[in-house]
Amino acid sequence: MTTLETPPPGRAKRGNRFALPNGAYRGLLAAMGAIFVGLVAWFIISMIVQARPAFSTLGFSWIIQKTWDPTHNKYGLLPFILGTVETTAIAMVLALPIGLGTALALAYLVPHRVRQGLSSAVELLAAVPSVVYGLWGLIVLAPLFREDVEPFLTSILGWTGLFNGPNEGVGLLLAGIILFVMVLPTMVAISRDVLAVVPSEQVEGAMALGATRWQVLRKVVVPGARTGILGAFTLATGRALGETVAVALVIGNSPYIAHSVKSTASTLPALIVNNFGEATGTELSALFGAGLVLLLIGVTVNAVARVLVRSAARSGAASMAVA
Amino acid sequence: MIDPTPTPEVAEGLGSGTDEPPADEPVMRLQDVAVAFSGRTAVRSVSFDVYPGEITALIGPSGSGKTTLLRALNRLHDTERSASVTGTILLGDTDVNADSTDPTLLRTRVGMVFQRPNPFPTMSIYENAVAGLRFNGVRKKALLDEAAESALIAAALWDSVRDRLKAHASTLSGGEQQRLCIARALAVEPEVLLMDEPTSALDPIATKRIEELIGELKHRVTIIIVTHNMQQAMRVSDRCAFLLMGEDKAGELIEVGPTARLFSEPSDPRTLDYVNGRFG
Repeated sequence: MTTLETPPPGRAKRGNRFALPNGAYRGLLAAMGAIFVGLVAWFIISMIVQARPAFSTLGFSWIIQKTWDPTHNKYGLLPFILGTVETTAIAMVLALPIGLGTALALAYLVPHRVRQGLSSAVELLAAVPSVVYGLWGLIVLAPLFREDVEPFLTSILGWTGLFNGPNEGVGLLLAGIILFVMVLPTMVAISRDVLAVVPSEQVEGAMALGATRWQVLRKVVVPGARTGILGAFTLATGRALGETVAVALVIGNSPYIAHSVKSTASTLPALIVNNFGEATGTELSALFGAGLVLLLIGVTVNAVARVLVRSAARSGAASMAVA
Repeated sequence: MIDPTPTPEVAEGLGSGTDEPPADEPVMRLQDVAVAFSGRTAVRSVSFDVYPGEITALIGPSGSGKTTLLRALNRLHDTERSASVTGTILLGDTDVNADSTDPTLLRTRVGMVFQRPNPFPTMSIYENAVAGLRFNGVRKKALLDEAAESALIAAALWDSVRDRLKAHASTLSGGEQQRLCIARALAVEPEVLLMDEPTSALDPIATKRIEELIGELKHRVTIIIVTHNMQQAMRVSDRCAFLLMGEDKAGELIEVGPTARLFSEPSDPRTLDYVNGRFG
């Protein structure tokens, strides 16, 4: 048994020429923290200050009104809120299963050499600036959607009522798809990392009970990585909610509530980027209000994710804590 | 050259244990089994028989290939692309390594308990106990309930968990978790249970209880246990196989025989040195 009573020789004497007194370190860290807190506070306060005229002239109900018409002093945000939520929903409904499937394949199924190549490709895609995706969507995908994809989807899914109206190419569906393409690499890269670190003891434990490879993935690996997957999902959702340029390019930017996934629509970020140039007075203030609403949606998504992560973490408390 | 089936002369004059193999047919036969990784031999040419209702211990110092050999018996090396297992392993009439043998089915006949307790952390105690049955398609709740209870009783865990079957497995102590893993393996009703140093992560009291449990289980399942603890091998096993790392770092079987004989009058001087603690 080793004794801890005598410190190793030299330990106590080891000095550092660059050492500052403890108080100085504390002061430095406190200053850095203060800068951060100050910036956040300043940001939020000025957002509120800028948005206030809109609230004082319009009250609060304008946020959920349906009409955006600055010339008649109407600044209803509902179409944009819905557009934001709908495009993000389309993106995430596709990104969750496809992203998770790809991540599982990358982490557990494909041979090593392929894995390397695919992983690099995923990271490359994550680094593509969003405006490039937007341009691609507008020039390449929009005609394709108008001529082929939308007619096809209408023919097989028309009964749902979601595909009414003309095939326009641009619109909610294309915006959702572009967002899906944009967030997929995020979803894949993070999920792959968390799936790969599920302990091999868990995997072998399941295999030793006669589980098939698919059962191992479904019953052990995915549940074991669920908090991380939820984190990936949240991050991707946040990215989709806030994406501006790519969406503005492909959604058609119409200030009406969409009645079909093929309809043109708009989102809160697209509203802001399309209007900030000419906006003054109440309209500018309303754009700040739109920014606040977007912030609120983002914060809500994060808060919900936090609660989910916490409850998942609690129910699946690591068994590695013992032994 | 080591003769895996010791000659009668060796057994002569021993007070306890003989090298006469039991009258029963072996459950498992290893014939010239070798394991290699990327062409490098890790275990070479191991042959011995495993008899029903017995506890066979694989003993030897670190690096002698005990665990590597054990993992060949339920084809856990399948996941490692660089691993190759040669020779013949027979489970009854089944050729374990044959391409036609389904490894998932094989693993329901040859269960395994690992070094560190590894219950599934996202599952409850009950779900852990029946996980193997569910993997194998059992859906009927009555069957699952019955199997869970019987396996947990057999693993001496039922009394302490019967009121909290829905609790997460991670709420159990390390020893209890290991017993849950034993229960989980037993629920599938394997013919052979492989145990890879099942007490190495446990404290002495938990170790003692697991050892007692192993002794009781041998009436239910044939056990092959890896241990580097000589006392443990002596306490729990009926038969011992002693492995040692050769000069080329590959593990090889030095001798196999009834535990009492191996510890009192081994036929190989290296075994004598090892069991007397002169190395390892």
